[in-house]
Amino acid sequence: MKIESPRQQGRHPFPKFQKTMTEVAAPADGHGHDHHDHPSWLAHHFDDAEQQYDSGKLGMWLFLVTEVLFFSGMFCAYVLYRNRNPEVFEFCSAFLNEKLGAINTGVLLFSSLTMAWAVRASQLKQTKILVGMLGATLGCAAMFLGVKSVEYSHKWGIGLLPGRYYVAQVENAPHAETNYLQMLCVIPAILSAVFLLYYVYSLVIASKFHQRVAGPLLVSGLCFFAGVGLGNILEGGEHHDEHGAGSHAHDDAHGHAHADPLVQGVATAEKATVETADEGISFVKTSGGPVNDVAVTKEEEGIPNSKVNNQGMAGLFFSIYYCMTGVHAVHIIGGMLVITWLIVKASREEFHSEYFGPVDNVGLYWHLVDFIWIYLFPLLYLIT
Amino acid sequence: MSAVTSPMTTTVASPDKSPEHHYLNHSSGFLSWALTLDHKRIGMMYLAGILFSFFLGGVFALAIRIHLWNPNLDPEAAWLSNATYNRVFTLHGAIMVFLFIIPSVPAALGNFLLPIMLGTKDVAFPRLNLGSFYLWVTGLLFFTYTLFSSGIDTGWTFYTPYSIESKSAVEAATLGVFILGFSSIFTGLNFIVTINTMRPPGMTWFKMPLFLWAVYATSIIQVLATPVLGITVLLLALERFIGIGIFDPALNGDPVTFQHFFWFYSHPAVYIMILPAMGIISELMSVHSHKGIFGYRMIAYSSIAIALFGFLVWGHHMFTSGMADVTTIVFSALTFTVSIPSAIKVFNWLGTMYQGTVALNTPMIYALAFIFLFTIGGLTGLFLGALSTDMHLHDTYFVVAHFHYVMMGGTLVAFLGGLFHWWPKMTGKMFNDTAGILSAAIVFVGFNLTFLPQFVLGTRGMPRRYASYVREFQQLHQLSTIGAMTLGLGLLVAGLVLLHSLFYGKKAPMNPWGGATLEWECSSPPPHDNFSSPPTVGDPYDFTSVEYDGKTGSYFKKKK
Repeated sequence: MKIESPRQQGRHPFPKFQKTMTEVAAPADGHGHDHHDHPSWLAHHFDDAEQQYDSGKLGMWLFLVTEVLFFSGMFCAYVLYRNRNPEVFEFCSAFLNEKLGAINTGVLLFSSLTMAWAVRASQLKQTKILVGMLGATLGCAAMFLGVKSVEYSHKWGIGLLPGRYYVAQVENAPHAETNYLQMLCVIPAILSAVFLLYYVYSLVIASKFHQRVAGPLLVSGLCFFAGVGLGNILEGGEHHDEHGAGSHAHDDAHGHAHADPLVQGVATAEKATVETADEGISFVKTSGGPVNDVAVTKEEEGIPNSKVNNQGMAGLFFSIYYCMTGVHAVHIIGGMLVITWLIVKASREEFHSEYFGPVDNVGLYWHLVDFIWIYLFPLLYLIT
Repeated sequence: MSAVTSPMTTTVASPDKSPEHHYLNHSSGFLSWALTLDHKRIGMMYLAGILFSFFLGGVFALAIRIHLWNPNLDPEAAWLSNATYNRVFTLHGAIMVFLFIIPSVPAALGNFLLPIMLGTKDVAFPRLNLGSFYLWVTGLLFFTYTLFSSGIDTGWTFYTPYSIESKSAVEAATLGVFILGFSSIFTGLNFIVTINTMRPPGMTWFKMPLFLWAVYATSIIQVLATPVLGITVLLLALERFIGIGIFDPALNGDPVTFQHFFWFYSHPAVYIMILPAMGIISELMSVHSHKGIFGYRMIAYSSIAIALFGFLVWGHHMFTSGMADVTTIVFSALTFTVSIPSAIKVFNWLGTMYQGTVALNTPMIYALAFIFLFTIGGLTGLFLGALSTDMHLHDTYFVVAHFHYVMMGGTLVAFLGGLFHWWPKMTGKMFNDTAGILSAAIVFVGFNLTFLPQFVLGTRGMPRRYASYVREFQQLHQLSTIGAMTLGLGLLVAGLVLLHSLFYGKKAPMNPWGGATLEWECSSPPPHDNFSSPPTVGDPYDFTSVEYDGKTGSYFKKKK
């Protein structure tokens, strides 16, 4: 008697697989070692489409588990330091522009929709929609990075840097002359130029495949700069003012938060001092770690909120901020690379109802990247 | 149905018709190895790399022991300067842990055996598998860079804040560990998926060879624990590159947090090291006793139990770093629970030998050595898990001796046993059994001579990682050094036996030991696609199903 394999026992959600499985497996005794009945999209060591799909999916879910654990270290650090110094998180969060964060959240949520739609399109073999949806996802990712570049460059410009490079925030401080935004835009600009050339080339040789690939790439390059533009508008004219006139008359006029903590700071600082003093004692009891009262030096005395406005306090917050958002951004870039790979495959019309695992799995990854951002946004930006 | 299955069983029972064609001569040239997707070749490349790392780590180990021949009370007159000594013991630990022990059994033997034991052609993701190997090579390059630049002197644990201040090449080492971590994650992921989705018809979970259960449990740990190490060493590297301060007390960071993060991985990593070794021993005990494994299910469950308990005990490395009393008590209690599944395994192995037909050949001698050494290692772990004794023994040579008994007496000895056991399958050559037994005996004597004195040293207060010591300790240290030399000699003999077999060994039959698992049903060495026809799956420990054939010197599946 032929014994049923574990994988043959469960029914698959996609009835197509059932058919393929019996077709492919029957002549090869349920364990196909013959090569001739393997279609090109089925790897030689898999028996059938279902096994290949299931393996890919399980592999991706496991990978996502490792990703969650990878981020968990930083979430742990976040919880520890926020628990120890809540006032630092309140003080620093005000420097983050929640409008930009909200826009980025919206962009990523929308990209999740287009990604999910792409999965459906790949199952239905709707190549045009598939390429379009993958292109839209790629564009959203690029726009996210554009907005992020504005955020980062703005912060670098005013010295909101991690740990030991943090510059205590004072009013009327001179700002760095370096234009970090331009530096961040160099690579996307080069890439966009390459994509433009590639698109022109694809038009010249009238290759449908190359046009399908070049179009989304070019659009995503432009989306990055759309994100930069949008970010600049929302970051507000004050970004301009700071670099231009160097005047700080904008403090009360602007809605942007970055000046607020310094203006309202005194009350918070008083409160913070009391809190840290209390916690300092209890902390010593429970752990052998360092006591969290950083000595305030003479130079720091004139600085508003000196208890938190220093490298060991606010600097640590920005370390956590840059680590979390930075690692997240690296994941966005990784996602963009694999989506580009999908666009190439999709343009070759490789996907169909029995072979769409790559789109499905990249989709899962992309949703996770969005998901992590959905946690990062309130945890970092929306602290009141 | 019967019309389909009957020709299949007959082809399995007869030996392979063209034994000359196998995975080693399937294709030739450098690129046929460098770009191979064949799990067997990837496994062999891992094996070569891992043995190289082991050699490197071993040289450092001998350097440590030679240095400690004298008390070195005058650092000027010592063989190694204190700074050099720090670099030598750090590189010994880091290379042995990250480059040798963690990938040893899963990546080398596991890669080779797992698909064959499952009767499949390859692992689920062959490209990812090759990618893991190249990640491992990249990690090795980072360590090589460390070695040839300023070395690394933090100890393999990279404790902050010293690792932030150290002038040595901590960045390269931590990035190396980060990359090696991802190599390990992808291997684990690959194995879990392969075992879940590619078991052949008829192989239910409880018909899997126990080696696969052990590798499965190991893979779970690799997938769940290693990412945390990844982010930890990444944060440490960032600490050095841009001074983020999360672990730096000077910036209000908390170095104890680093210890928590580090041990959250590194304690489960101890089980990454020992679990696959236990899997090897389960196979060796059963095959060479020619008797079904005793307590199959309990061994399988205990592997999973060890994997899960392993995540809850990391705090026992930090009893002296100022955790709350309640926390230390909870960690201590949880630590003791791990000894239960470990003891279950040991008793089941002994039960397997009872009334078996024990063949005392090289793999079995190594397996017996494992049981002796692992038991000592495990029992001395209880002294360290108990709060009161750990306060005294923490960071002494007692700890050094304990984890060497488990890591080296356990994992390394099991790895060697497994290597001898599957060597005929992997290379198609039989080794000289007498010389092999001799190597096992020298390793066993040398090992005990090296590390038993260290237990005594530890209880008398000799701290670990010191370059010098008081004169009272000299005799024990010298005993230990003599032992280390003996151990090195034993390993050298073992290596020569295997090398000799490659050139002068007899051709290995299909099933020289009488194993009933699937790897013994394909020719030695296996063909490129592992099986010329699909294997039938039976009980992996049913030794009544195989019988010896005097003509070929091989066992065969009985025809039913």
